[in-house]
Amino acid sequence: MSRITEKDVDYVAGLARLRLDEEARARLVREMDAILGYMDKLNELNTEGVEPMMHALEMTNVFRDDVVGESMPRDLALETAPQHDGAYFIVPPIMDPEES
Amino acid sequence: MEYEAVIGMEVHVELDTRSKVFCACSTDFHAEPNTNVCPICLGMPGTLPMLNREVVNKSVAVGLALNCTIARWSKMDRKNYFYPDLPKNYQISQYDLPLCHGGYLDIETEGGTRRIGITRAHMEEDPARNVHGMMGGGSGVDFNRSGVPLLEIVTEPDFRSAQQVYDYLAELKQILLYLGASDCNMEEGSLRAEANISVRPKGSERLGTKTEVKNVASFTQTMRAVEYEIKRQIRVLSEGGTIVQETRGWDAEKGISFSQRKKESAHDYRYFPEPDLAPVVVDEAWERRVRDALPELPAARRKRFREAHGLSAYDARVITATRGMADYFEAVVRVGADPKKAANWMMGDLQALCTETRVEVDACAVCPEDLAAMIGLIENGTISGKIAKEVLAAMFETGKHPKEIVEEKGLVQISDSSELEGIVQQVLDANPNQVEQFRSGKDQVKGYLMGQVMKASRGKANPKLASQILEKALRA
Repeated sequence: MSRITEKDVDYVAGLARLRLDEEARARLVREMDAILGYMDKLNELNTEGVEPMMHALEMTNVFRDDVVGESMPRDLALETAPQHDGAYFIVPPIMDPEES
Repeated sequence: MEYEAVIGMEVHVELDTRSKVFCACSTDFHAEPNTNVCPICLGMPGTLPMLNREVVNKSVAVGLALNCTIARWSKMDRKNYFYPDLPKNYQISQYDLPLCHGGYLDIETEGGTRRIGITRAHMEEDPARNVHGMMGGGSGVDFNRSGVPLLEIVTEPDFRSAQQVYDYLAELKQILLYLGASDCNMEEGSLRAEANISVRPKGSERLGTKTEVKNVASFTQTMRAVEYEIKRQIRVLSEGGTIVQETRGWDAEKGISFSQRKKESAHDYRYFPEPDLAPVVVDEAWERRVRDALPELPAARRKRFREAHGLSAYDARVITATRGMADYFEAVVRVGADPKKAANWMMGDLQALCTETRVEVDACAVCPEDLAAMIGLIENGTISGKIAKEVLAAMFETGKHPKEIVEEKGLVQISDSSELEGIVQQVLDANPNQVEQFRSGKDQVKGYLMGQVMKASRGKANPKLASQILEKALRA
């Protein structure tokens, strides 16, 4: 029996702002369930004494110095935007309070 | 029923670095919209962010100042949500392994010292800035702020009143300024405070439903908003209602909070490790380097100024308000000035001159050594305290040494008895009625006559000596 339901798929799709048709939804139920199955497989391994992996990169401390470099021309930044006024990117009115 | 408030604070601080957290664009707040931008802070696909070392340094410094444990190993995570100020659709932040955690800050507040637990302080990027009411009723987005480094400082729910919240914010701001970690400019959004507020019956251990108040413009307004929200919640509960978990805005003009957004369920940000940024390892040596470079913090300095220099608690607080002012004070005292006198001149006339001309005490034309020299001139009797005010004003304007000003303007105090006797006699001759009154027992007339003596000497009479001579002449 599938542990992933259509409701789960819709929830995740909603978070990702995706609209799914019937076919895609049914396929994703199967695929997401298969992913959980793969996790079950991993869970069969004995990981005692194995240090948890926190990050895919093995390198650490890759930094840049706090030095200002060149930014890009504003025209170029705005060029590909669907709408701008020469200074700002223009988006549909935002009603929500700001997130930060 | 008696209720008590339970409040926790989240403060976002913009760290004062030259360049942004993940790219080399400038953090200058005053630049034209969208001129400090590049593919990284615009969130273009395929770009590679790289962490600014100074952001880690400043964050560790703040963490240490807040008595936090610095994580030996920490990483950046992606916090996923959709908003126009966030073109990547995720904010680079820290989730389960913040750089700093488990600290505290002792604050001086109503009823004495209170220890506020610091849950964590983590690095993240500021989103872009939205501007409302643009052409066609749309909103404008300015990416200059996108990628400005932020430190989010989260407390335990350790506050019980709005006053405690205010005192915490004031102490935190002072520490950040001492560290040079942020300019803490509220108008420019460098410091943004959010309060999580709930109330519960006094004595209960369970937390009530909380509301969040954010986007408040100043500490005073934050205090008012928290006060209002506590009262509102108590009223709702007393009337048998329930508190809805929500975000509330604050209308400073009307003095009320209002519902902004209901939170039906917790946000699901689906955090996961940021694969484009390498983990951060702050080893003991790095932590020690930052710790060794920490300045003396405000609380320690206040204590030392009280104990070593005999300042009152109030004076110590004013004199340590900024690091520059405290350094100035120490420089004045170092060359031998009396600490209390130095503090009085700094908080009085010098501060007034500085306020008037909008200059910081430590940046004004009067150098600490000259202020000490001026206090010395009063102590050795060269000038009176009254003349000193005039001398200080001239020093402030010209940057000249007080001795030079005293000589130029002929302000040396008259301490010559025969000269003073002459002036006193002149005043007595000019005021026969007052002399008569004094002699018939009205002692308070002496004050008036003394004023006339000072006036006749253009303020230069040595007050102590002149008073003695006047007394003697009147009793003659």
